[in-house]
Amino acid sequence: MRNPLSDTIVTIKPSGIRKFFDIVSEMEDAISLGVGEPDFDTPWHIRDEGIYSLEKGRTFYTSNAGLKDLKVEITKYMKRTQDVAYDADHEVIVTVGGSEAIDIALRAMINPGEEVLIPQPSYVSYEPCAILAGAKPVIIELKEENEFRLTAQELRDAITDKTKILILPFPNNPTGAIMEKGDLEAIAEIIREKDIFVISDEIYAELTYKEKHVSIVSLPGMQERTVLINGFSKAYAMTGWRLGYACAPKEIMEQMIKIHQFAIMCAPTTSQYAAVEALRNGDEDVAMMRESYNQRRRFLMHAFKEMKLECFEPYGAFYVFPSIKEFGMSSEEFANRLLQEEKVAVVPGTAFGDCGEGFLRISYAYSIDSLKIALDKIGAFVDRLRKDR
Amino acid sequence: MREQILSIIEKNSRINIKELAVILGAEEIDIANELKAMEEEGVICGYHTMIDWEKTSIEKVTALIEVRITPQRGQGYDNIAERIYKYPEVNSVYLISGGYDLLVTLDGKSLKAVSSFVSDKLSTLDGVLSTATHFILKKYKDHGTILTKKYEDTREKVTP
Repeated sequence: MRNPLSDTIVTIKPSGIRKFFDIVSEMEDAISLGVGEPDFDTPWHIRDEGIYSLEKGRTFYTSNAGLKDLKVEITKYMKRTQDVAYDADHEVIVTVGGSEAIDIALRAMINPGEEVLIPQPSYVSYEPCAILAGAKPVIIELKEENEFRLTAQELRDAITDKTKILILPFPNNPTGAIMEKGDLEAIAEIIREKDIFVISDEIYAELTYKEKHVSIVSLPGMQERTVLINGFSKAYAMTGWRLGYACAPKEIMEQMIKIHQFAIMCAPTTSQYAAVEALRNGDEDVAMMRESYNQRRRFLMHAFKEMKLECFEPYGAFYVFPSIKEFGMSSEEFANRLLQEEKVAVVPGTAFGDCGEGFLRISYAYSIDSLKIALDKIGAFVDRLRKDR
Repeated sequence: MREQILSIIEKNSRINIKELAVILGAEEIDIANELKAMEEEGVICGYHTMIDWEKTSIEKVTALIEVRITPQRGQGYDNIAERIYKYPEVNSVYLISGGYDLLVTLDGKSLKAVSSFVSDKLSTLDGVLSTATHFILKKYKDHGTILTKKYEDTREKVTP
């Protein structure tokens, strides 16, 4: 029989998270700090709207790009949070999670061999999606001394004649790093000068604990060269509804909608009705969850300080990214031993790129009571390692 | 900071000052002063424990009583309300807008104890026109806490 497989997909490594997931799943009583989703239930009024839409029999396809009401609410949200105007009819698409938006944006813009700049550590799908789109991924290794922000120099050094797109993953999973307005201005200048495009993944936009999130699309001349990606999963605790969106200039959006219409048809109708309610009446829920995450973030930072574990202070998402370099073992080894010896699951930094070596991703999408138990165990583990050396 | 402190201790009054200071990013001394001030001002009136008596072997009945009264000249409803709330078995007394005037909640040892309180003491008060007593059969949620179900984390253990 002939080889049924595509050479491209075979060369792509499976997600490092998956591997770890399999180990953790086998351990019944493990305490996990390994999830990348909120611990809150979707606020009830949003769920209720989804249920109501089912009761009303709204069980049909929506138009390819999404419900008009939802697209309008998305443009209003962009206007009120970033003061940026989008045309709901031509510049917005509702997708199956932010993940789909990443995929179709890359496929809509890449020609074979063009380079996509991917800052790492970052979410696991940029590199494979870029490869599947025919691009050559070029990794920019972010540094702890810069609080894992992307600097102008790092960007400049990575750009070649073939560079087409920069992926901008902030607030960042797994580091919790943010890019503030000044940081963005510095890189926007280079992006305009070198005439490249941006895919800005702002799925954690609502979860920042310093200034309010600033999107790169709000900077002069950037809206026209940026695909902005956001969604409902993190802000409204709606991961399972699988709903995201993208805003982009009409020219790019038309091609994204084409891919979406052939590959997906439309995002789930029930989720879209619920999302309208989220954008209309969900601000208070988001504020409540943000405050709660912030309390846990402070709690974790304090706990690391007490156990003298080096960790830069992250101001976004719901992750902290402590360094374990002092112990002289790899992230994977550390995570494995922590799991075996203390039954606490954290994700090795290397799951998010090679430069995550020496770090762990710890999620604080857990109640303070759960964090307390887990942190006590991590503290005991760290003490033991230090004594043994 | 007051609002933040209150929203936390409203749910968990056992949290200690040190922990409050950590999660609010404040100094312990400031938290302690704020708590003390709020206690003195009567903003914080007590630290209670939520108990689901159903799960104990102790018999307890809770009743909601609607009370219609005639307001008194110069006193309004306050005088009668005070006469009612002084009974230790009375849990709460609210002045209510709408079809009746006072809503009284009451904890008693038995149906009989509650009904004799209503017939002997409450309805015989001067100014009380009528009462309607409702017994609570089951508490689903109280003080923002769901009593019937425990939180369970059903998420996958590791996700990107």
